[in-house]
Amino acid sequence: MKENDFLLEMNHISKEFPGVKALDDVTIKVRPGTVHALMGENGAGKSTLMKCLFGIYKQDMGEIILDGQKLEIHTSKDALNYGISMIHQELHPVPHRDVMENIWLGRFPMKGYGPFQFVDHTKMYSDTAALFKQLDIDLNPKALVKTLSVSKIQSIEIAKAVSFNAKIIVMDEPTSSLTGTEVEQLFKIIRDLRQRGVSIIYISHKMEEILQISDEVTIMRDGKYIGTWNASELTTDLIISKMVGRDLTQRFPERTNVPGDVVLRVENITSTNPRSFKNVTFELRRGEVLGIGGLVGAQRTELIEALFGLRAITTGKFVMNGKEIKIKSPADAKKHKIALITEERRVTGIFPVLPVMENTAIANLSAYQTPYFLLDEKRMKGDAIRSVEKLRVKTPSTKELIKNLSGGNQQKVLLGRWLLTEPEILLLDEPTRGIDVGAKFEIYTIIVELAKQGKSIIMISSEMPEILGMSDRIMVMCEGRLTGILDKERATEQEIMRHATLYME
Amino acid sequence: MTFNMKKTNEFFLQYAIYGVLLILIAAIAIYNSNFLSINTLRDILMQSSTRVIIALGAGFVLITAGVDLSAGRVVGLAAVLSASMLQVADYSRRFFPDLPYMPIWVPILVAVIGGLIVGLLNGWIVAKFSVPPFIATLGTYVMVYGINSIYFDMSPNESQPIGGLRPDFTEIGSGSIGTGPYSIPYIVIIALFVAFIVWVIFNKTRLGKNMYAIGGNINAATVSGINVGLNIIIIYALAGALYGFAGVLEAARTGGATNNYGNMYELDAIAACVVGGVSTTGGIGTVPGILVGVLIFTVINYGLTFVGMNPYWQLIIKGLIIVAAVAVDIRKYISKK
Repeated sequence: MKENDFLLEMNHISKEFPGVKALDDVTIKVRPGTVHALMGENGAGKSTLMKCLFGIYKQDMGEIILDGQKLEIHTSKDALNYGISMIHQELHPVPHRDVMENIWLGRFPMKGYGPFQFVDHTKMYSDTAALFKQLDIDLNPKALVKTLSVSKIQSIEIAKAVSFNAKIIVMDEPTSSLTGTEVEQLFKIIRDLRQRGVSIIYISHKMEEILQISDEVTIMRDGKYIGTWNASELTTDLIISKMVGRDLTQRFPERTNVPGDVVLRVENITSTNPRSFKNVTFELRRGEVLGIGGLVGAQRTELIEALFGLRAITTGKFVMNGKEIKIKSPADAKKHKIALITEERRVTGIFPVLPVMENTAIANLSAYQTPYFLLDEKRMKGDAIRSVEKLRVKTPSTKELIKNLSGGNQQKVLLGRWLLTEPEILLLDEPTRGIDVGAKFEIYTIIVELAKQGKSIIMISSEMPEILGMSDRIMVMCEGRLTGILDKERATEQEIMRHATLYME
Repeated sequence: MTFNMKKTNEFFLQYAIYGVLLILIAAIAIYNSNFLSINTLRDILMQSSTRVIIALGAGFVLITAGVDLSAGRVVGLAAVLSASMLQVADYSRRFFPDLPYMPIWVPILVAVIGGLIVGLLNGWIVAKFSVPPFIATLGTYVMVYGINSIYFDMSPNESQPIGGLRPDFTEIGSGSIGTGPYSIPYIVIIALFVAFIVWVIFNKTRLGKNMYAIGGNINAATVSGINVGLNIIIIYALAGALYGFAGVLEAARTGGATNNYGNMYELDAIAACVVGGVSTTGGIGTVPGILVGVLIFTVINYGLTFVGMNPYWQLIIKGLIIVAAVAVDIRKYISKK
């Protein structure tokens, strides 16, 4: 194989963060005009690798070669100038400005004389229109970005990448919030780009997509390079086993919990937000893991946040242990022994600049209150240390700032926080998102153990294997409505998908 | 080797402000060795006392990721309130000519409660109406000055500086335990006591833990079942009470009051906090840090005057230190590449 068979080579890249080897001798080689999928579990190092390519991180070791030339990439601007663009999973447009300004931000066409330079809006408009025509994007360059859907904003990002004459475009989970038809449009754009010699590095968890769109697949695990294959050689099962690195049957602990009597009955609740959940009724049993499945936008998070008093309901009621209860605030929920671990760990979970101790104790402070306003520190510290030990949180001490812990360990601290409040019902929203495989297994074990102790668990999960592997029953939602509750014997991936798309056109 | 470098750097960053304080003192002492004397120390501590109390109030609010611009005006209000009720009976221009003698704690309490009420108002506006703290307290800053000026302008005082304060009151501000070089001013003891109380609140109470949590991540605080609004109201109210108390001490220390007392003190207090390591993005800050922050500014004021530097130059140096301290401090939290 000749050197210039590849457009981009990232050779032997290593990157270490305090306490974590994020990338360990990783190599990826991308051919010109191909779609190269990059796969791995969360925490496998895909994003870190791409951030090295895009100048957000600097690799400790290894080299980046584009078109046979070794590159030094210090900033994202360097990367863009070399023809490397990235479409981030979370898009960050400037919402209150129009489409064309978002595309040409930082390099507006100018006109004028000498020092009197003004933005040339006419040229910007025609350039944008030409760009959209070339890419077959149907969008008004003067539309305000905040009025557009996610998929449109994404196509703006792609257009922006093309306008930089990108040779390589990295797409990080580009379909995570797109509908089926939007995915098709995206794929059409991707195929066009490929036709024109642009290479795409495509990061995704969705096997079908990967097999459909990509030419080659590189798989990573725990920061290491596992291998590169032609997409045609691969199957979903093969990819999973390479990503996970162990037999699929071992992904979940043995379930030893036995569901008992009904603890909570949710009767016909409807959100105050007309676009959110409607007329939802279900029961939760003692010692049960009740999974909630559905697609993005099914209003699952909204539903369990209502159970926790974070969202208001117009009709319906909650009956706990035979008595009707009112839940109007998180404090009410806590009083009734309900706990919530939210989906967005960093946004609504951890206190990044505070130590593990405070992060563990914060929801349970009332229990440590002594007369004269002081807290019983001895008991608080003792509880925090015991929680860290019991849940096997990897941290130097409870004085360590939580931001220095890995995602999985942060999640365990959050579990510990709520277990201190001795909840009867635990609401878990995507409890293993962004957590590496090993820690996932530990979290599953904790969940099963809690259910066995008689706690009731409601778990939202978008990962099919997880929801199938962990739930006693699975309730599926679609666009705010409950479309079915499946027993574990009856639940299959197809059944869940059928219910999850019941009301979709 | 590189690892050790990192450790050393971190150490310097962690203790940078203490280094700044020592370097300042050393530089001034080299210039004029008379600076290192017990009298200087006492003067610096005395001058720092009221500032410490204001800065602790400001720190309370800053740690919740808020800011309180009303501090200085509350100091002025409390100074005028307390002074107006604590004049000697035979003073010719009494604020209330017929006011009977009151136990000293009554006017002090009135002034502190005045500050507390302004704080409650601040907290209520921030918590209930989600007005950004900068704007909410800018509003009360202006209002409090207006209210104080109306009060100050009432007949028969009509905007005359309030003087002739009772000796038992001014004694609090200027007296000391013992006499001679080794005496300890009451006001220093009071400031240290207040600092201790605030330290206890920060570190040992629910309110303190909630304060750090709200500043560290307000969403997570809500989800943890913390009544964020109530805590914010209490924190602003306590801060207001501290400013009020500082205003009382200012009146006692200087033996008088006008409606312009405390003008711009909030800026000194905020500057002292950020130099002392309080993060303006919330969640971070300690009482010892705030104390050192205040000391740095007093040392600059006092020391540079001591060596005869033009006061305008002092302003320039102060400004540079604020920016430099935060630039160094922020490096602790910027995620490294």
